[in-house]
Amino acid sequence: MPDYDNLILPYSSGDADKDEGLLINEIIARSQQPIPDPDAWLQGVDHGGVVLTTVDAVLGWARKRSLWPMLFGLACCAFEMMAAAGNRWDISRFGMEIFRPSPRQADMMIIAGTLTWKMAPAVRQLYDQMAEPKWVLAMGSCAISGGTFSESYSVVPGINRILPVDVYVPGCPPRPEGLYHGLLELHEKIQKQGYLKDNVHLPRLD
Amino acid sequence: MRLKALAGTEAAPRIEEKLSGSVIESNEACMVVNKDSIAGIMQLLKESAEFDFDYINNITAVDNFDHFEVIYNVTSIAKKHTLCVKARIPGRDNPEIPSVTSIWKGADFQEREVYDLMGIRFIDHPNLKRIALWEGFEGHPLRKDFL
Amino acid sequence: MVMKTELVTLNMGPHHPSTHGVFRMRVTLDGEVVVEMEPMFGYLHRGLEKLAEGRTYTQIIPFTDRLDYVSSMAGNLAYCVAVEKLAQVEVPERAEYIRVIICELQRMVNHLIAVGFFINDLGALQTPLQYMWREREKVVDLFEMQSGQRFLYNYMRIGGVSHDLAPEFIPALKKFLDDFIGYYEEFEDLLKGNEIIQSRTIGTGVISAEQAIDYAMSGPCLRATGVNWDLRRDDSYSIYDRFDFDVIVGENGDNWDRYRVRMGEIMQSHRIIRQALEQLEELSPGSVNAELPQLLRPPVGEAYAAIEAPKGEMGFYLVSDGSIAPYRWHCRAPDFVNLCALRDMVVGGKIADLIVTFGSIDICLASVDR
Repeated sequence: MPDYDNLILPYSSGDADKDEGLLINEIIARSQQPIPDPDAWLQGVDHGGVVLTTVDAVLGWARKRSLWPMLFGLACCAFEMMAAAGNRWDISRFGMEIFRPSPRQADMMIIAGTLTWKMAPAVRQLYDQMAEPKWVLAMGSCAISGGTFSESYSVVPGINRILPVDVYVPGCPPRPEGLYHGLLELHEKIQKQGYLKDNVHLPRLD
Repeated sequence: MRLKALAGTEAAPRIEEKLSGSVIESNEACMVVNKDSIAGIMQLLKESAEFDFDYINNITAVDNFDHFEVIYNVTSIAKKHTLCVKARIPGRDNPEIPSVTSIWKGADFQEREVYDLMGIRFIDHPNLKRIALWEGFEGHPLRKDFL
Repeated sequence: MVMKTELVTLNMGPHHPSTHGVFRMRVTLDGEVVVEMEPMFGYLHRGLEKLAEGRTYTQIIPFTDRLDYVSSMAGNLAYCVAVEKLAQVEVPERAEYIRVIICELQRMVNHLIAVGFFINDLGALQTPLQYMWREREKVVDLFEMQSGQRFLYNYMRIGGVSHDLAPEFIPALKKFLDDFIGYYEEFEDLLKGNEIIQSRTIGTGVISAEQAIDYAMSGPCLRATGVNWDLRRDDSYSIYDRFDFDVIVGENGDNWDRYRVRMGEIMQSHRIIRQALEQLEELSPGSVNAELPQLLRPPVGEAYAAIEAPKGEMGFYLVSDGSIAPYRWHCRAPDFVNLCALRDMVVGGKIADLIVTFGSIDICLASVDR
């Protein structure tokens, strides 16, 4: 039994905080320009030719009908996301009611809420841990461009500084019907994207 | 019913007679005190039977250009009265004030937030570090000269 | 024979399955017993206090929505009460009644959602939450009739409210109140006697009354320890002195008492709304907003005013220098101050109880970080 009155902790909280601060400053320095959106699919890139069209169609259908989103609500938009997943607007009709807490098991990330610079390394790490193919949906005006708080000293002006975004859903907060419109657009994109998806390669953070 | 808001002019003479020289001015709304005697004043406000202020509602700070003010709003649950005490810190470089965490434990996080956003150091605070921003952030955002 | 153990540090990071928001804890464990806990937040710090210095008094009202987004009407009301104290504005009586009805409805919704998430943390994966959410959707429909928004309402104004009651509001509200009693009894039947809830929450996360006052806790967390303190009765703002309601007080200050206090307060809010509806019907129709200039310039001075928000004492400290924007705007958030006591509540207990205790304080990270 350790002596609870004279506890020697196995870590130093001052050092851990300094490391975190250095990481955040580094990510601020690297994110001065937005990452371009992955929209190569709009030009109808032809990967496998005519041989793979049925495979493309079947795979696209299978992927879009079984998306597993990651449970990632940051602020107020998280509540509308939960309402969209709840009992009135049932997200289970699309097969997406299993929100996974672990990024290893998810293939879509709905960023709902304001992203701050302090949280940015964690979001980037979660995105890196997700397996390909993966998609990102930016929900709400804070995720698109910083929203009402864009002039603040600690808010990231849009999550496309940190991650490549596939669909943007505007609103403050967007109604659940708006979120569904965004999800259906994402389904269309997945269907048309094809088997050999152009992956966006981002430099690893560490 | 409403809580009785003690006027600064009522509380000031009683503080002056126990700790003389600590009150700078007092008016209807609040009592302005010297920053070095803040710990003694708060101890008196908490422990004396006539005041009995055991609940610290709010600690915050204001940046007036040539001085800082740290504002304490206190309430007494038993006696049902409130008081507003302000501590004036002259000058802008390295403002410091004794901490009241040993008197009310609820002052802990609120003082850390004032340190983080305004840059006022609290002497004898058990764990004074940044709470809302990260280590390595330069400057203190709520000051009037932070852009 | 005593087993030799070593201390393990666990980072319960900003992203975790308990859906309370981006909160981080460094927990040091000796086996399963929590030895030290360090809460870290700031992952949602948006700098509202600095942004508010560049906006007029009415433009800050949408910010107050986004503070405690589960009960945004209470945030609006707290800010408006503080500005009315600073500028000495009289609110018309009809607006006061509308404010009381809306605020008590918001309290019912907040407590239902808080209890729903609390039981979610205990392990009942989302089923009670969906039942409570059904009631929330009904109330949100009522609010949508008034303000046009489902969620972050922006409904209160300085000197009253922005719109008068819609003609279909009162019949819909009466129907909701009549149906609610049946649903409330269903919740009590299903949850109150449940053995798992009782054995996991009675005696865990205890805090005594003296410690709670020292930590300046407020709201249901303070009343669960036995301190009979409610700002609606003890420091009445608005017209709460015209209503007759009980203040629910617990005994031991553990998780079970916080749960029972919240469930009791839901029925007291129900009672207040019924009384307010009766008194409103006898009132002659009038304006719902005081006559104020477009850009309000309060006199030079400062004010601190607090209301009994669903999570505790929410107060605003405002300093005015006579211009159209405040010189200093500070929000005293109830969950920020309540979190100070979390360490004393969990150290010495098991790690499973840490999640339950954290859920029972009912925090909303946007309000903690501002």
